[in-house]
Formats: sequence, structure tokens, C-alpha cells
Amino acid sequence: MAILEVNDIRKSFDKTEVLKGISFSLEKGQVVSIIGSSGSGKTTLLRCLNFLEKPDGGTIAVNGETLFDAADPATQRESEIRKKRLHFGLVFQNFNLFPQYTALENVMLAKELLAKEQPGYKSRRRDIHDEIRVQAESLLRQMDLGDRMENYPHQLSGGQQQRVAIARALALQPDILCFDEPTSALDPELTREVLRVIRGLADKKTTMIIVTHEMAFARDVANHTIFMDDGHIVEQGDPQQVFSHPTQERTRRFLDSFNQ
Amino acid sequence: MDLELILEQMPVVIHSLNIGFLQTLKLFSVTLLGALPLGLIIAFGSMSRFKPLSWLCRVIVWIVRGTPLMIQLLIIYYFPGLVLKNAIWGGGESGRFMAASVAFIFNYACYFSEIYRGGIQSVPKGQQEAGLVLGMTRTQIFFKVTLLQMIKRIVPPISNEIITLVKDTSLARIIALQEIIWAGQAFLKGSQGISGAIWPLFFTAVYYLIFTGILTILLGRLEKKLDYFR
Repeated sequence: MAILEVNDIRKSFDKTEVLKGISFSLEKGQVVSIIGSSGSGKTTLLRCLNFLEKPDGGTIAVNGETLFDAADPATQRESEIRKKRLHFGLVFQNFNLFPQYTALENVMLAKELLAKEQPGYKSRRRDIHDEIRVQAESLLRQMDLGDRMENYPHQLSGGQQQRVAIARALALQPDILCFDEPTSALDPELTREVLRVIRGLADKKTTMIIVTHEMAFARDVANHTIFMDDGHIVEQGDPQQVFSHPTQERTRRFLDSFNQ
Repeated sequence: MDLELILEQMPVVIHSLNIGFLQTLKLFSVTLLGALPLGLIIAFGSMSRFKPLSWLCRVIVWIVRGTPLMIQLLIIYYFPGLVLKNAIWGGGESGRFMAASVAFIFNYACYFSEIYRGGIQSVPKGQQEAGLVLGMTRTQIFFKVTLLQMIKRIVPPISNEIITLVKDTSLARIIALQEIIWAGQAFLKGSQGISGAIWPLFFTAVYYLIFTGILTILLGRLEKKLDYFR
């Protein structure tokens, strides 16, 4: 069964239709890369999946459970949307780390707040805190940041900040981790270190949706590639197929622009 | 005016000015205690998506910032008694202090609310979104993420207002609140055997100067303390 099923998602801002019916599905442990020019709707799609935008039409289902149905207001209650968001993680283009917290605190914060809502938290406060800390430390080490845990975001390079952001998203163990152009704010050297850790996650069968302009990376890391243009999915399929033998003229033109 | 006379008058004058300055300090503290939280409420009101509320808050802020504090003091103190025939403030110094506190709290809350609004809106939207994506509630995001960033941004402009407030308390003289200006002026008209002395009034400036000096140092420290992040 597909872990994620997105069906006919539509979204307009004022009179501009940004998503014109997007459908795709994703198996557990798969990586999908989404490519396309700026303004094609890639970012909006990720924001819809994370409930930062409310689609005007379509459905989103995770593990067979319909999380969102534009036709069913019962699936759109603010109180439940918060829990539904936890199925997804999102790594932003500009990191959005919390500047007043250290790297470690950034990774721990949300998990601690969630733990506080659990019954019986008070009596086990110490243990829970320690568990969360151990998990956060191990995530940061996994991101090669073992020696940077006590640093504040402004003391870190862009690449380090983005790796903290990835650890922060992973801490909540989302079913699907989304990346919104994770390296667009980074120079080539820093890009490489971030792509390396994402590759590591793919090797561990982390289910991911990656919006990126790094074409070689989009081809190599993904099991499935989607090419979007003007709010539509123009072409999708096996990455080798899409990159080497695109069937659509629009896809070919887009890919050619990277080879010039 | 010779120095010997001043030195002779000094103990009486200082004692009197101290009592006046205590009232100044009281008004200053009460205003801050009331206006800092009230300003936040007005700020949220004026940012509300419920249009009538935000409209109302903005009109209030416009009126309060658009008229002199001195007039507001006079209206708040005299209007209930003279026009409504209902002297809610009561007589004497405590009544004057109540009226002055209300006028100052309201006035400063409006100025603070605009500073807060700027502070809240200057925190990047991505902070809020990052919190949402991590399953935090809006309340949690405000208190755990946005608030401190906002405080860091508003400390300099709020410090400026606080320093201004120290000196604005002297406006309460207009309703005869017995703060330090009133105390200094008393020696001009005649009090405790001293009359026609203007130096006590001039000397009040020293009190303001020392107090704002201390505040400048304290607020500067607070600003430094928040320097650990950017």
C-alpha cells in the first residue's frame, strides 16, 4: 500500500491557479524528486502537504487514512490539523532555525512540548527529557554535528544550519520528510555536505519528497522523479527515464537549460 | 542668591524633594506595570483579523497618540467630577494619583502597542511556519519561539520610551500631583519657612538625570544579555 496518496490537489491564490490538479503516490522507503522551473508550483505543493496552505480541491491520504479532503470539512478542523502535520516533516530553503536556541535545543524543543501533553509526563519528566536528549544528540551526530550541539545558529555555517534543520525535522519521526530546495541558499561546497546527509537518509530508506534544482542529485537519489510546469505534472517516472529519455518536449527544454 | 543660604536650605529642600521623587517613582513604576501588558493586549487587538476590533484599537491609538498627554490628564481627572457630577477619583493626593496612573498607563500602552506590533511583525514568518510544521500550537510558538526574538527587537525602542516616561511624569504636576516638580515649586511660593527660592526647582533636574542614568545602564545590560543570539 502506498504511504502517501495525493489526488487532484488544486490551489489558487486570488485568481492565480498555482496547482491545477496534482496526483501522485509514494511507497514507504521511496524517494521522490520534484523538479521544474521557479513558479511551477513545487513549493506550494509541499506547503499543501504540510498544511501550511489549504488546498481548494483534492485529497491527501497517508497510510490509507484520508488526512485531507477538500470536499469534507470534517477533515479540516484546526485542532486536528496540528496532529496531522506530524505525518510530514519539512526542511525549508532558508532553514528557519530558532535563533535563541542551541542546535541541540532546536532539535529537542518540539518533541519536549509534545511530551508535556502526554498523560503521566510529570512523574517521568527526568527520564523523558533524557530520552529526548539522547535521541537529539544521536541525530546531530548522524548529521556530522557532534561537536556543534551547543552552538547557536548564527555561529554555524549555512550547511551546518541546514543539517540541524534536518535533524530537527527527523526528531519527530515523520512518515514523510519533505525538502523545499534545501540547498538553494548554499554555495556549492556547503551544498555537497547537505546532499551527502540526505543521500545517507535515502540509504536508510527514509521516505522523502525532495524539491531541488540540483539535477544530478534529483536523478541519483530518487526512485521516482516528477517534472512540474505551470501547476501540472508534465511527466513522472523512473529518474533515468525522465532525465535521459524525456517523453515530453517541455521536459526536454527544461533539462537542456541545465546542460548549456 | 548666595551659596551659604542654599547650603542652609539644603536639608529641608532635599527632604522635601525626596518625598516628591518617591511619588514620581511610584507613578513611573505603576505606569510601566500597567502599560507594558496593556500595550501587548492593544497590539494583538490592532492585529486581530476581526475587523471591528482592530479598527477600534487603531482609532484609540490614534486618539491617544494624537493628543497631548497633558490634555488627557486634565480630562481624565476633571471630566468625571465636573461634567458627569460623579467624582470617581475621590479627593486628595490618592485620587490625583489614581487619575494620573490611569492617564499614563493608557497613554503609554498605546505607544508600547505600536512598538510591540512592529516587533511581532518583524519576526520572520518562517519562524511561525517552522513551529507549525513541528506540531507546535500557536500559543507555544508565541511563547517559545517568537516572544524572545520580539523582545530582543523591541528593547531599544522600549528603552527610549521608558526614559521619556521618567520625564513625562512631571506632566502630572498639571493636576497638582505632589511629585518632584510640585515639591520643588513649593519653595518658590513658600513652604517650610523657605520662599522665593527657585534653585530647588532647578535642582530637581539632578534627580531625573541620575535616575535616567541608572536606567540607561540597566537597559543597556538587558540589551547585552540578549546579544547571545541573532
